[in-house]
Amino acid sequence: MNINLTLIGQTITFFVFVWFCAKFVWPALIGVMQEREKKIADGLQAAERADKDLELAHKKAGEQLREAKEQAAEIIEQANKRATQIVDEAKDQAKAEADRLITAAKAEIEQEANRAKEELRGSVATLAIAGAEKILEQEIDPKSHNDLVSKLASQL
Amino acid sequence: MAGGQTSTEYIQHHLQNWTYGKLPVGYTRYDGTVLTEATWTSAHTAQEAKDMGFHAVHVDTLGWSIFLGALFIFIFSRIAKKATSDTPKGLQSFVELVVSFVDSTVKDTFHYRNRMIAPMGLTIFCWVFLMNFMDLIPVDWIPYFVANAVVGDSHFFFKVVPTTDPNATLGMAVGVFILMIFFSVQQKGLIGFIKELTFHPFSPPTKGAFIVLAPLMITINFILEFVSLSAKPISLGLRLFGNLYAGEMIFILIALMFGAGFVFGLFGGVLQWGWAVFHILVITLQAFVFMVLTTVYMAMAHDNHDEH
Repeated sequence: MNINLTLIGQTITFFVFVWFCAKFVWPALIGVMQEREKKIADGLQAAERADKDLELAHKKAGEQLREAKEQAAEIIEQANKRATQIVDEAKDQAKAEADRLITAAKAEIEQEANRAKEELRGSVATLAIAGAEKILEQEIDPKSHNDLVSKLASQL
Repeated sequence: MAGGQTSTEYIQHHLQNWTYGKLPVGYTRYDGTVLTEATWTSAHTAQEAKDMGFHAVHVDTLGWSIFLGALFIFIFSRIAKKATSDTPKGLQSFVELVVSFVDSTVKDTFHYRNRMIAPMGLTIFCWVFLMNFMDLIPVDWIPYFVANAVVGDSHFFFKVVPTTDPNATLGMAVGVFILMIFFSVQQKGLIGFIKELTFHPFSPPTKGAFIVLAPLMITINFILEFVSLSAKPISLGLRLFGNLYAGEMIFILIALMFGAGFVFGLFGGVLQWGWAVFHILVITLQAFVFMVLTTVYMAMAHDNHDEH
């Protein structure tokens, strides 16, 4: 319990340890801790930013989906319209073709009938002359009576 | 309890440091031999240690305090060297816990820019804690082992708790005191420091008829301030010493019971355990108090009264 040189020795030891700690131990540890603090702060900030980005992306994706749906609906509508148009066009064409065919057939029939009539007219003149010959039982000069017979035939 | 001792001898033996010092010429030693010249040697009795006076060293106190301080420095600097700012693991988390605890405590009391104070707080806290911690090791273990197995002299003095030696605690307090004066002079200049000691708390009149009273007031101020200044390191050192000395004394008294039969021994064991548990609080608290008071004194050294 006597006070002696130990006191001075302890004081010197004290200074040596404090100096060593201040020089080598403390700055390294505090530096590491501050660095980690900064890292954590940065990480939290990044997470917050990512959250915001995610929200934004969600919004964007929804918008794009809606747009795509709208476009699809439009395309379908257009396709439907076009289909109707094509069917209508086909109908019109078919009708026109049918009309054309009918007209052509009618014209042919008329032509055929006219030809038959001409033929008939020719035959009627011959027949009438033959009949009149028989009735008169005499030879009639075909040349002199031809006009008469023709007039008769045209009245048929 | 070593064989053949009385309780008083046992206690006195436990309170004596291993003292290595100089004995004067013509000194009669414990075995009757008279020294023919001044000799440096280990004291063999308490009386010899006392007669060595100031020219002696407590080898056990210095040895243990240097060993424990080196242990602290070794562990912390090893961790500091390997420390990464990634997820801390194992010992690094513990070290960082201590460092951030000290850092926040120092920041609470010390508001100036000085990169010396926080590391000093850490050193004091850990070092004093480790030295106090030696108190929890049963009082006979290490001294008995050293005396009988290492030195081979059962009468060998050996104390393991440096902070129960006033030399150690006052030595640290003197270190703190030197720093206090150093920072005071550094911050306020030598004139400012002297003014702080002489112009407070009663500011002497600088003009008028009462100027004749100025020397008297300066003297009174100086006496007051000097006492309060020198009381700081003494109270700082003696507080730690007193707490640990009392704690160790109780451990020694409990240890006396181990030699007094089975029932007393068992009772002593229970007491020893209880006191050790309580002492965990004391040693931590005293280390903390020493650190906080050092920081407060440093803050006072940086305070400039002239600015008010």
